[in-house]
Amino acid sequence: MNNMLTLTALQPLWAELFMAMMVMGFLIFGVFKGDQSTRLLTFLGILGLFFVSVLLMNAPLGKEPLLGGMLVQDVFGRNVKLILVVALAVSYMLSLKYLYDTGFVKFEFPILILLAGLGMFLMVSAHHLLSFYMALELQSLSLYILAAFHRNSAKSAEAGIKYFILGALSSGLILFGISLLYGFTGVLDYTQLGQIIAELEGIEKTGVVFGMMFLMAGLAFKISAVPFHMWTPDVYEGASLPVTAFFALAPKLAALALLLRLLVGPFEALVTDWQMVIMFLSVMSMVWAAFAGLVQKNLKRLMAYSSIGNMGYALLGVVMLTTEGVTATFFYLMLYLIMVAGVFAVMLCMQRDGVVFKQIEDLAGLSKNHPKLAYAMALLMFSMSGIPPLSGFFGKMIVFQEVVAQEMYVLALVGVLTSVVAAYYYLRIIKVMFFDAPDMPYSKGFGVFRNGVIIVSVLFAVFYVLRPDALLPFARTTATDLLTPPAIIQTHDIQLDN
Amino acid sequence: MDYIAVFTPLVTFLFVGLFGKSIGDKASQFITCAGIIVSAVCSVMLFNDVILHANSRILFLSSWIDVGTFSVEWSLRIDQLTVVMMNVITIVSACVHVYSVGYMSHDKAKARFMAYLSLFTFAMLMLVTSDNLLQLFFGWEGVGLASYLLIGFWNHKESANAASMKAFIVNRVGDFGLALGIMAIFMIFGSVNFSTIFENVQAHTGDVIKFLGHEFHALTVIGLLLFIGAMGKSAQLGLHTWLPDAMEGPTPVSALIHAATMVTAGVFLVARFSPLYEYAPDALMVVTLVGGTTALIAATIAMTQFDIKRVIAYSTMSQLGYMFFALGVSAYGAAMFHLMTHAFFKALLFLGAGSVIHAMSDEQDMRNMGGLWTKIPVTYCLMWIGGLALAGIPLFAGYYSKDMILESAYADHTWFGEYAFWAGIAAAFMTAFYTWRLMILTFHGKSRAPIEVQKKIHESPKIMLFPLMVLAMGAVFSGAYFYDGFVGEGRTHFWESSLHVLPENDTIENAHHVPEWVKSLPLVMGVSGIALAYVFYLFFPVLPSIFRKIFMPFHLLFYRKWFFDEIYNVFFVKTARGLGKLFWKRGDKALIDGLGPDGLSSLSHRIGRRLGQMQTGFIYHYAFVMVVSVVGLLSWVFLRTNGGIL
Repeated sequence: MNNMLTLTALQPLWAELFMAMMVMGFLIFGVFKGDQSTRLLTFLGILGLFFVSVLLMNAPLGKEPLLGGMLVQDVFGRNVKLILVVALAVSYMLSLKYLYDTGFVKFEFPILILLAGLGMFLMVSAHHLLSFYMALELQSLSLYILAAFHRNSAKSAEAGIKYFILGALSSGLILFGISLLYGFTGVLDYTQLGQIIAELEGIEKTGVVFGMMFLMAGLAFKISAVPFHMWTPDVYEGASLPVTAFFALAPKLAALALLLRLLVGPFEALVTDWQMVIMFLSVMSMVWAAFAGLVQKNLKRLMAYSSIGNMGYALLGVVMLTTEGVTATFFYLMLYLIMVAGVFAVMLCMQRDGVVFKQIEDLAGLSKNHPKLAYAMALLMFSMSGIPPLSGFFGKMIVFQEVVAQEMYVLALVGVLTSVVAAYYYLRIIKVMFFDAPDMPYSKGFGVFRNGVIIVSVLFAVFYVLRPDALLPFARTTATDLLTPPAIIQTHDIQLDN
Repeated sequence: MDYIAVFTPLVTFLFVGLFGKSIGDKASQFITCAGIIVSAVCSVMLFNDVILHANSRILFLSSWIDVGTFSVEWSLRIDQLTVVMMNVITIVSACVHVYSVGYMSHDKAKARFMAYLSLFTFAMLMLVTSDNLLQLFFGWEGVGLASYLLIGFWNHKESANAASMKAFIVNRVGDFGLALGIMAIFMIFGSVNFSTIFENVQAHTGDVIKFLGHEFHALTVIGLLLFIGAMGKSAQLGLHTWLPDAMEGPTPVSALIHAATMVTAGVFLVARFSPLYEYAPDALMVVTLVGGTTALIAATIAMTQFDIKRVIAYSTMSQLGYMFFALGVSAYGAAMFHLMTHAFFKALLFLGAGSVIHAMSDEQDMRNMGGLWTKIPVTYCLMWIGGLALAGIPLFAGYYSKDMILESAYADHTWFGEYAFWAGIAAAFMTAFYTWRLMILTFHGKSRAPIEVQKKIHESPKIMLFPLMVLAMGAVFSGAYFYDGFVGEGRTHFWESSLHVLPENDTIENAHHVPEWVKSLPLVMGVSGIALAYVFYLFFPVLPSIFRKIFMPFHLLFYRKWFFDEIYNVFFVKTARGLGKLFWKRGDKALIDGLGPDGLSSLSHRIGRRLGQMQTGFIYHYAFVMVVSVVGLLSWVFLRTNGGIL
């Protein structure tokens, strides 16, 4: 084993290794240079992320586990990581100006984001329950700190504490689930786990199902699916805005990828058991988010409910576990992330002399003071509520199409009806912007990055209709690879040899 | 040529409608006029081709709807009936277009007006060239729309808006009948294509339609339903109330739409369906009765009105009644003949009246006119021609067609034919009377206009008089010239198969052999009517008021238009408003809004608030929810999958 640990043998994981070194290098650099290095670190981070993406593109991919079965670098993981790289880069772009405007410049910020990103990368690649847990904690701990990052704000500190305690509870659930699984099967590796679970019967199977349920509950917390979502609005509201943006963009995707790998790998044999649970989580998320979102006054809380509801729609695609279903999930999430990036970029513009405004009513009269901003926001809101021909419509359409194709009409109906209810709170924002009496204008100068994100996001939402299947092949290869079980390929090869 | 004739008005409408503002009034007027004149020339060429050389045809444009057994096409049916209508439409329309250039010279929205006129012409051409009922319905609704737009053209006038809405709504009743008729035809024949329908009529003469447990003769039901549609468009008694009000529109509109073309669409429809009506004698009886009664009642009303345009409007209604009872006695050729001559002399009268109104600074009440004949002599002469044609004086167009109709009615030898004949004779007398009452009140005697109006009286410009002269030519010569082709010896060659008359119903043939007194009676009535008008209004102007006192109840009945408006107001308008209010307040507001949008949204808000309250902010609540959820999920999955283990 030892002589295999050469740099060449690790080539599939070069991206992760590079990120880890970046984190450490940044840390040393930051300690020496102090908080003034934040700007430089952020730019270096974006540059580094670009390099990471290059490494990812050139990484040799395969279903063969690496590092003694701990990790795997396959097409599915690579693609999810590519999305994550973009999400991380956008988070950097959105955060920098905000940090300087509000005067809370700390060099740890870019490092923590990078560290969380590393955790996510490992989560996506995890092929062993131990590496899975380690990666999850690496990501979570970084997120806890980020939530409480604005430490002289009581709200931010409260959000961090809440997130930490509830996160600890969910970690407990996950660990308990893992121990149950280990107890009944005696293994932790995904492949072996899958093989053993497939042959289990009777009380042992029940035990494994229990373990899986605990695991799923813990992960439901991470993707903030109802009823494990309670932390989300509070943390979204309490954390400072770039952090919230980061929360909305990256971690859920990683957690969902993690969940998916578990469900189609080790737990494939238990599909009838977890299918019901996913369906329940999905329906609850859609319904709860739609109704609870109606009464929100704070934009960040609203975005929290919006993200909960959208996770519900994304889970709809997972329920079926067909290639098309998972394709729809990824397709939906990609479109959603692009819109959310734009929305947060607009929200970040709502500040006056370092004071941030985050109530919905603060948007009043935006159309008078900042017409371009208002129109951008309006288009994004229309897109979020799924109005054709904007991009959000296509995401919803593909998901519902797949649900209907699988003859789950009730699910489709719930999805459509909740999206009608949810449309209210998106449209209300437009109403406030265009029809309510204007307040003072916000500070001028939104920065290149922010403007860029808004422009890209809006253009994407508007012109997606011209190439409505642009992202589908990417989502499809991701889903296809996920659903290609390595075990079967191996047996198939053996049969050919014989 | 066929396409140019039909589609030029559409092109000019679209062009002027879209770009009228930017190309200016002059260009708009020129384009629309040029377009319609091209169309008229093509129509005349078609007349030569189709009728004189017996070359009728059907041109396929494209398929329209193709669902199951139901298929409809866009196509042009260019046969004799169509070409006659096309000529009437395009020639009168061309005159009106040119006339409007002068008449509307003080208006602000000239381009819009011209565009509407072209739209109307196109829709009307679509109506008459259609080869199936659906395309006909398209044209039918198109002319309805154009009529609505043009009646309400002066939309700053309250009364114009009300009149346009009235026209639209009353026509809806008729359209409903037409739509039902189309559906009934599809039910019986399985097609809405004219050729298919007409070829199969004989196979369906015994068919019945079952409705509410009763059986009705199918062809009669279809005939009656189509006739209801025709009644709406052609302002027959019962659905006529919109026509007098429609005079709120500019006078060229009244001439084109509400005298010459659109109102004759009903006549055209029945004539088009002559192959079907021939096998539905009961429907024809109803047509005759309604037509005769309309001719009579409208004439009585026309005798008492003072608004110059309303007199002509009621006269139009009365003449349409003539056409319908001609149809009813199977004298389709005579009806079409009168349709054509009437189009010329009635358009002439209307445009002449418009010329008078123009001269009198928009005064329409005849009591404020008088003594105009020296001041506007050209208009006076032209009005004389129109009046003589309307009154049915020999050599003028109306004489030939009206006499033919009356003779046909007499020759029908049925009780309703007889009724229509006598009603027609009475109406002929009244027609002559009210026409000369109009002439004398307007042009003779002393001027009763205010001084400042008198000073401004002037003859209309040439651009208005020229179209009048064209129409006057038609009013003089069209009767004598076309007599042979429409109703004379050459009629079978003229119409070929476009009109269908059963041999035993050939009343036109019989009409040529009626007693001499029948032939001369209409003329006697016409002349005596004119004479009486002179006695009443020129020689002894006190007589009308004496008569008014003696026949007080009758006069009131006629003057108030037989109280149709009042009766409709009480029975339909008030009830409809009451019902509407009921449905609005109770149904829509309380029930649907209450339970639906309002109720659901407030329910959603309540749910949202309740869910929001669960978001307490306390960690132990959150943790509690998580733990309870895990336990719940576990129990659920456990009970669902492993029920057997316990």
